[in-house]
Amino acid sequence: MKIIYADNNATTRVAKKVLDEMRPYLETYYGNPSSMHSFGGQIAKKINEAREKTASLLNASPEEILFTSCGTESDSTAIRAAIRSNPDRKKIVTTRVEHPAIKNLCEHFAKNEFHVTYVPVDENGTLDLDYLYKNLTDDTAIVSIMWANNETGVIFPVEEIAAKVKEKGIVFHTDAVQAVGKIPIDLKNTEIDMLSLSGHKIHAPKGIGALYIKKGTKFSPFLIGGHQEKGRRGGTENVASIIGLGAASELSKSLMEEENTKVKEMRDSLEKGLLERIDNAIVNGAKEKRLPNTTSIAFEYVEGEAILLMMDEYGICASSGSACTSGSLEPSHVLRAMGVPFTAAHGTIRFSLSTYNTMEEVNFIIEKLPPIIKKLREMSPFWKKNQ
Amino acid sequence: MWEYTDKVKDHFLNPRNVGEIKDADGIGEVGSLACGDALKLFFKLDESKRIKDAKFQTFGCASAIASSSALTEMLKGLTLEEAEKISNENIAEYLGGLPKEKMHCSVLGRDALEKAIRYYRGESEKKIEGEIVCECFGVTDLEIKRAVAENGLINVEGVTDYVKAGGGCGKCHERIQAIINQTNGIQIQPKMKKKALTNIQKIKLIEETLSREIQPALAKDGGDIELVDVDGDKVIVKLRGTCATCSKSQLTLKNYVETKLRELVAESLEVEEVQ
Repeated sequence: MKIIYADNNATTRVAKKVLDEMRPYLETYYGNPSSMHSFGGQIAKKINEAREKTASLLNASPEEILFTSCGTESDSTAIRAAIRSNPDRKKIVTTRVEHPAIKNLCEHFAKNEFHVTYVPVDENGTLDLDYLYKNLTDDTAIVSIMWANNETGVIFPVEEIAAKVKEKGIVFHTDAVQAVGKIPIDLKNTEIDMLSLSGHKIHAPKGIGALYIKKGTKFSPFLIGGHQEKGRRGGTENVASIIGLGAASELSKSLMEEENTKVKEMRDSLEKGLLERIDNAIVNGAKEKRLPNTTSIAFEYVEGEAILLMMDEYGICASSGSACTSGSLEPSHVLRAMGVPFTAAHGTIRFSLSTYNTMEEVNFIIEKLPPIIKKLREMSPFWKKNQ
Repeated sequence: MWEYTDKVKDHFLNPRNVGEIKDADGIGEVGSLACGDALKLFFKLDESKRIKDAKFQTFGCASAIASSSALTEMLKGLTLEEAEKISNENIAEYLGGLPKEKMHCSVLGRDALEKAIRYYRGESEKKIEGEIVCECFGVTDLEIKRAVAENGLINVEGVTDYVKAGGGCGKCHERIQAIINQTNGIQIQPKMKKKALTNIQKIKLIEETLSREIQPALAKDGGDIELVDVDGDKVIVKLRGTCATCSKSQLTLKNYVETKLRELVAESLEVEEVQ
């Protein structure tokens, strides 16, 4: 069965070009970049090339890029570094809609002598900036606000926020895992101190991420060990994947326009096609300030897991904000924070496209989904009651 | 991804007996949209009082639909006395097993069946017995006790898997664990007595607990709390935002704010609300 992969906010296919660049560093040049011999030592040069490419995607300097194992490690490193560098400050400011990498970390610190302020969002998923600015107190160690939301694609004005946060002398971090590669990022012209990104969201393999640390930002390592990454992260480098991330960064830069034209058009067609054919369907979140590839649609009176599994029969891959697909029984904290009613939250499906999708695939989804929703609604005791 | 058996998949993709029975003898409706699953079960008896037909309508995930479909198949041909003996375990077994996180779907089926039989016998709607422990899913202490006793559960996750209690905000985890311990006959040593506080220390600690622990939790639901006064052991507070208008506010206050303050400040504290 052909796979229709519309779950690119979860992970992406490794680009062929990326894999081609990586392969020699698994098969042939397997040396350790820290070795004295040239067989190993020559690899350090390749790592620095990858660092330059990753920096270039963000318009940062290569020495501001720290390679990590994933987005979560980047987030943890950033927040722990800020806390350790400001031992007298016991407050963290974040949002109610962060990815678990930040959310659960903050909850962990909240249990350990930290006070966490969660900035709310409105029904469009837009951040309450007044609330945020009011909470920038002297005891704040770090403000961490995602660049774009993974579930709805809603984009936060992090550049503007970073400037306000810096005025108060507070460290600003952004989890940009979903934003990188989808919207232009120009770090030289922002006040952002730290930014997390993940390789597998931009067609590099899983197991590689990076943390941008602006020059002059106080830092303290999370992984303590060898001298790798200038002592900022111990542990032998994941050479092939670092090279893969470099290649993916280069590719992302060249595909940025396509992402905001071709991919956006496919997303818009998908959204329009589904809304035209299915009643009681609502797009979650602000439509304008949104990632070009993401749409989160609530199909009322049906349950998300059932939709996903019926789509699975056709090889269509997407995700849901439904409780039944996560560990918790409550629907997604993001949709709840936006005040999406339970009738809609339980039946929310997120489609996230990439440049590898085609209009034929989009049309296939538009053809297959309406009968699935119809079938499930006809089974539901709530459907006719509410019609 | 959930690991479903082929039988679950079959009953989900090709559900048997979907729909209503217009002149049903028994109807049982359980669950709600908020909970994420709901089942309406119908049955019709023949002259010899055996179940001639059973149908269902379900809102929910794949295993909720499959459990409902399986139940209607199991019911056909049974007398009500035989039907009454069907347990949630039987429904799960019929499907070749359910993932443990999905056992509550089989419990849903059993509950709807019990309700439909009561409806037929003209027994009044069973009053909610016991005390609500999990507010998110409206689960009582008696339901939790029954799940623990029938399925040999030993921890909160197990209870969540079977009756959903504790699967939401998580505020009730301590109470659930206490019920599990009680049901399983485990005695827990009482905690060490806290050191006596001076008045100033007490007020400071109350303020700190409110701002660190309680406000962020209430804020998640769009509410807020303000400390008005402390009079001896009486903590006087004012609720704002959605808390103030929420009918559950009394429960929120008594069960949550007081528990937190007693746990983190002093066991003698009592919370009082002013408008």
